[in-house]
Amino acid sequence: MERPLTHNIKPRAEPLWLAEYEKAGGYESVRKALRTMTPEEVQKLVTESTLRGRGGAGFPTGKKWSFVPMGADAPRPKYLVVNADEMEPGTFKDRLLLEGDPHQMIESMIVSAYAIQADVGYIFLRMEYGIAAARLRKAIKEARAKGYLGRNLLGSDFSFEIYLHTSAGRYICGEETALLNALEGKRAIPRAKPPFPQVVGLWGKPTIVQNVETLCNIPHIITHGVEWYRRLSRGKDGGTKIYGVSGNVKRPGAWELPMGTSIRELLEEHAGGMKDGFAFRGLLPGGASTAMLVEEHLDLPMDFESIPQGGSRMGTGTMIVLDDHTCPVGFAQNLEHFFAQESCGWCTPCWEGLSWTERILQSLEDGQGRMDEIDVLTMHTKLLAPGRTFCALAPGAMDPLQSLLKYCRADFERHIHEKRCPWRDEPNGADGARTWPVSSSMIVPTR
Amino acid sequence: MAGIIVDDRPYQVDERENLLQACLSLGFNLPYFCWHPALGSVGACRQCAVKQFRNEQDRQGHLVMACMTPAADGTRISIEDPEAKTFRASVIEWMMANHPHDCPVCDEGGECHLQDMTVMTGHAYRRFRFNKRTFRNQDLGPFITHEMNRCIQCYRCVRLYRDYAGGRDFDAFGSRNHVYFGRHEDGTLENEFSGNLVEVCPTGVFDDKTLMPHYTRKWDLQTAPSVCAHCSLGCNTIAGERYGTLRRILNRYHNEVNGYFLCDRGRFGYGFVNSEERIRRPKSRPSRDGQTIPIDKDMILRELGPLLADKPSRIIGIGSPRASLESNFALRELVGPERFSLGLSVRDAGLNSIILDILRRGPAPSASIHDVEQADAVLILGEDLINTAPRLALAVRQSARQQPMEIVDKLGIPRWHDAAVREAAHARFGPLFIAAPYSSWFADIATETYHAAPDDLARLGFVVAHELDQAAPTASTVNPTIGSLAKRIAAVLGQAERPLVISGTACKSEAVIQSAANVAWALCKTGTPAKLCYCLPESNSLGLAMLGGKSLEEAFSIVKNGAADTVLILENDLYRRADALSGDAFLKTASKVIILDTLEHDTTAKADVLLPAGTFAESDGTLVNNEGRAQRFYQVFPAEADIQESWRWIRDLAVASGHPAQPNMTAWNTLDDVVLALSEAIPVFRRLAEAAPPEKFRMIGQKIPRQTHRFTGRTSMHAPLLMHEPKPVKDPDSPLAFSMEGYLGQPPSPLITHYWAPGWNSVQALNKFQSEVGGPLRQENPGVRLIESFGKRTVTYFTDAPKPFQALDHGWLILPWYQIFGTDELSARASAMAERIPGPTLMLHPEDAATLRFKAGERTELMLGNRSHRVPVKLDAAVPRGTAALTIVSDFTDAVLPAWSPLIRVAEP
Ligand SMILES: Cc1cc2nc3c(=O)[nH]c(=O)nc-3n(C[C@H](O)[C@H](O)[C@H](O)COP(=O)(O)O)c2cc1C
Ligand code: SF4
Ligand code: SF4
Ligand code: SF4
Ligand code: FES
Repeated sequence: MERPLTHNIKPRAEPLWLAEYEKAGGYESVRKALRTMTPEEVQKLVTESTLRGRGGAGFPTGKKWSFVPMGADAPRPKYLVVNADEMEPGTFKDRLLLEGDPHQMIESMIVSAYAIQADVGYIFLRMEYGIAAARLRKAIKEARAKGYLGRNLLGSDFSFEIYLHTSAGRYICGEETALLNALEGKRAIPRAKPPFPQVVGLWGKPTIVQNVETLCNIPHIITHGVEWYRRLSRGKDGGTKIYGVSGNVKRPGAWELPMGTSIRELLEEHAGGMKDGFAFRGLLPGGASTAMLVEEHLDLPMDFESIPQGGSRMGTGTMIVLDDHTCPVGFAQNLEHFFAQESCGWCTPCWEGLSWTERILQSLEDGQGRMDEIDVLTMHTKLLAPGRTFCALAPGAMDPLQSLLKYCRADFERHIHEKRCPWRDEPNGADGARTWPVSSSMIVPTR
Repeated sequence: MAGIIVDDRPYQVDERENLLQACLSLGFNLPYFCWHPALGSVGACRQCAVKQFRNEQDRQGHLVMACMTPAADGTRISIEDPEAKTFRASVIEWMMANHPHDCPVCDEGGECHLQDMTVMTGHAYRRFRFNKRTFRNQDLGPFITHEMNRCIQCYRCVRLYRDYAGGRDFDAFGSRNHVYFGRHEDGTLENEFSGNLVEVCPTGVFDDKTLMPHYTRKWDLQTAPSVCAHCSLGCNTIAGERYGTLRRILNRYHNEVNGYFLCDRGRFGYGFVNSEERIRRPKSRPSRDGQTIPIDKDMILRELGPLLADKPSRIIGIGSPRASLESNFALRELVGPERFSLGLSVRDAGLNSIILDILRRGPAPSASIHDVEQADAVLILGEDLINTAPRLALAVRQSARQQPMEIVDKLGIPRWHDAAVREAAHARFGPLFIAAPYSSWFADIATETYHAAPDDLARLGFVVAHELDQAAPTASTVNPTIGSLAKRIAAVLGQAERPLVISGTACKSEAVIQSAANVAWALCKTGTPAKLCYCLPESNSLGLAMLGGKSLEEAFSIVKNGAADTVLILENDLYRRADALSGDAFLKTASKVIILDTLEHDTTAKADVLLPAGTFAESDGTLVNNEGRAQRFYQVFPAEADIQESWRWIRDLAVASGHPAQPNMTAWNTLDDVVLALSEAIPVFRRLAEAAPPEKFRMIGQKIPRQTHRFTGRTSMHAPLLMHEPKPVKDPDSPLAFSMEGYLGQPPSPLITHYWAPGWNSVQALNKFQSEVGGPLRQENPGVRLIESFGKRTVTYFTDAPKPFQALDHGWLILPWYQIFGTDELSARASAMAERIPGPTLMLHPEDAATLRFKAGERTELMLGNRSHRVPVKLDAAVPRGTAALTIVSDFTDAVLPAWSPLIRVAEP
């Protein structure tokens, strides 16, 4: 099984630095693209590869690039921004790529920038990713010294520079337009679309914002071609995907696997199934902001087309597993606490709606829940829909809540009838392990 | 136009608008918060949701924010859709979750957009049962209160303060439902337009602090349309009174003039009306060294009548640029044009009349504030707008957004889409060249600034004009710096579509004013329709220039020569107009000095007779603003017993004297009589009566009430003083009534006493008064522009470019440094202003200071008009070498400036 994105990555080892990276075939795509292809040809290749964004929305990458104004009268400078904010709870795939193979990131940026003729690239990095920051800095320095960055790369008339920006640490900074505001030194609130960043982006100029993992696919597409790339996948969308599993499973982790690998395979083969004494109740397939799937969905392939059949989204492809030792209401409370706290404060349904839902969930946990407030929760899951809030944070926050209300309604009601959290006072795990609430380091990134 | 369908009915709307604006213009009650007609849309509050349908077949539809959706042809929406209604009610429910619900004791209550919108959405029942978030409030200085718990996070305040007005010391802090709108620390809000927060904030977070010491419910205010008295722009205001004191000023929308905003001087400078130093009774001073004693009105008239009758040719009348046209005209009629002085020095009167002459001659028409906002390239010659014409500075900031709009338009971004517009324009500002003696923060968006002495500024103007049209005279010995700057300015102005030249009297330089005219004319001549905008010193400076009269020096010499000995001074403090020595001599020589004024001042201290004049709030009258627009202000409340309009006093004096010269005058009973006489007497005022409806005007036979229909206490407010309910005072001068009874609908625009419509109790009821939201008022009467220069084509350039400024070895040219807070005579006397008025300061170039061995903060001695003064020194590299700028506050007047003075460092003990 080919693992183009991670084949250089060895657990707990230093990444390949420039010389070794080049020896392993690194920067080949830069040579190929700059010397033998026009930007339009690179774009065409990416479109044909059927690569879709790995940041959560799954938007076709080639199509996104096609909106960038090209040609001599296109506004300059144009920007390529790597979204390395990765604050989605349960998601740690970009970290793997950044820490494990920083030069791959640089190479990916150069060829992608070439395709859209971007002049400057930014890596917008999650605040807590200190190791990645150090490694990227070193890689950028090496690349610059070797002439992969700077003026007239490889003697072509293409010039490109990369800057690393470490975030101040807000989840909303991962939303691509809030990211741009943050990068400009403004409040990190999203922008209205249209106009799209491809046309009016960073500092008012055409900008592509792309997830780390998405970009890391590009060099391989260029070097090995579309056919090869599409064959990596088991589904309609090309390539591999870095899947992750966290929760009370035997071997939590992340693996690069063919796109379209089934949930069951991920859960049972790669993650080794549930820990002994823990029973599976459900999972959030693609990070905290995706709706819960249950037993009946386990055979769905993890790809952008299939997961929606279960009423959820592929998201980041990194799943969080809910077990029977964990209170679903506490699980919801923890998630909503995160989202309420991370609301940027711009639009009313989100800044107050999320806070209200969190407080209702907390009162359920405290044994002070009220039946009519279940309706208030339900109301929020309906009202905070896409298009009604300013960005996707709030609808994303409602997805897990809505599904938990659907699949675990009885648990919510038990909290009200018993006037307490049944999990809190009565540990029912075989080994007595009390895992309520979901450990905060897992859901809420530690600061 | 676009055809849209709202709840299955077709309507025609302007396709350049968004759906919210279009729906409001159609008269629908669609609630909103974050959108503001002048600030545009950002889609934050989500209050304006409507259901949009893709086509006729689409029955399901989807919610969209009306303010973020273009009113494109064929758009189908529903406001009444149950899902949309539920969503809108929910938005209020969310906002209300943390809101204090203290409407009954909230300062904003009864005038609150949040209250109105809450009622509009029908949200009534509180489900949120948790603790509310609370904030600590800040002391934001003397003008604005802060009560953050009331905030609904609509972001209007930051958008106004930072994006629109360029303020820096205010921001949104924090996130989620805990966003804090305030300063980084307690302290006075620095921006000169902070007062607009009071009206822009839809709840009671920001309120008028000057209202608080005499707080009254806003529906209990008696209000009248007024015109700001504190600079030459003539912003429209609504002034409100209760129990005989003036309590607050609100913006009165005028599409051409001030739009939605006022400056803080205009909003908070009203306190002088209630001042302890008001002249409230007639007084006479039996002996020149003694005190004044109050005297009965009839008695003083009986005493003065014969005096005026006996020797009409021995009287000199001194008018005033801060008095109404009618009062000045009455004085002129009483004493005769030959004996009427403008109350201004030859120099100052001359500057005003040059401006008048330029605007009349054309071809460049005078620009309204609205025109200024639309200008796409601006040259400012000699003015520090933020201090001399504040509202204009705000307009210039908007003009700088015009050129970047090309990019915005090209990207297909609608102009109302504020956030996107700002992103696309991204920190680009259109051309703005500021050439002035010194700088203020407002220059932050300038393309280029040039600081020089007035003569050099004028020279720049001449050279720019010459660059544009070789036929325009240039200046001699042009140095390369000015030469190349002039080329750049000329190139930009020449390419603009709506270039504008702003200048005025601040430099006290004819040449500066003339050079500005040359630039505008050169543009016009070469086919670019440029406009001109001059700032004058006071609220009626231009009106007075139109009236015409003698200078103060002439008046002084008439008295000195013994050709007159009785002086009647109208609303004027001569010590602000002339040097103290000439003032002293004049007042001493005159055998009788009669002064009509509102406040005690240095001149009233020398008067033999004082007559109490009404302020703008106690009288009606007309002012002509800087563009030549005559605008009417109305009496807000019945004046105290003896106080009356100056023109009425003069009429009374005429009657008392049985004045033979002006038999007509004695028949003047109403303001309309004076206006009629004036419009017949002097051709330029022939259309004056059109500025406002006459007293006889009625709406369905009724007068227009000054009091709201919710006004309380009519029968009881005077109960502690009087047993019976007094009869409402009659208003003989206007169609307004001192009453809550009368016509409740919408009157013609000059008569709007307050904004109210069913369901709309806040200032945002204004929407209902506009023919199209954000556009002109219904039944608009924008006043009359008395001078128009359209169609004139011939250009006669001014030819006298001054020589380059030469610094002297031992003297500095002291220039006036005007202050938004402190320079204007009347607002400086408002108690709320005290904290904002800077102390006297001299601003000097650091290198000049070095040669003098000055350090900042040390004091200097300077000689002005034979008097020596000591003031602290401030260093600023923008001040041209060889000059120094002196704050025009407290006793300092610009009458004697610019002037040369030595600077001597005061050795501090
Ligand atoms: C609240 C919120 C947080 C997000 N955080 C991230 C993130 O951390 N990393 C990321 O790549 N995309 C994130 N996204 C998605 C981005 O907005 C954007 O869709 C993505 O960066 C596009 O890249 P792609 O097309 O390569 O997926 C977030 C979106 C939302 C609404
Ligand atoms: S949904 Fe939340 S995060 Fe997104 S704009 Fe609204 S308040 Fe901000
Ligand atoms: S202070 Fe007022 S204007 Fe500012 S966000 Fe709050 S409610 Fe809106
Ligand atoms: S700009 Fe002038 S007229 Fe307007 S409010 Fe301020 S002082 Fe008054
Ligand atoms: S008014 Fe439309 S979202 Fe605020």
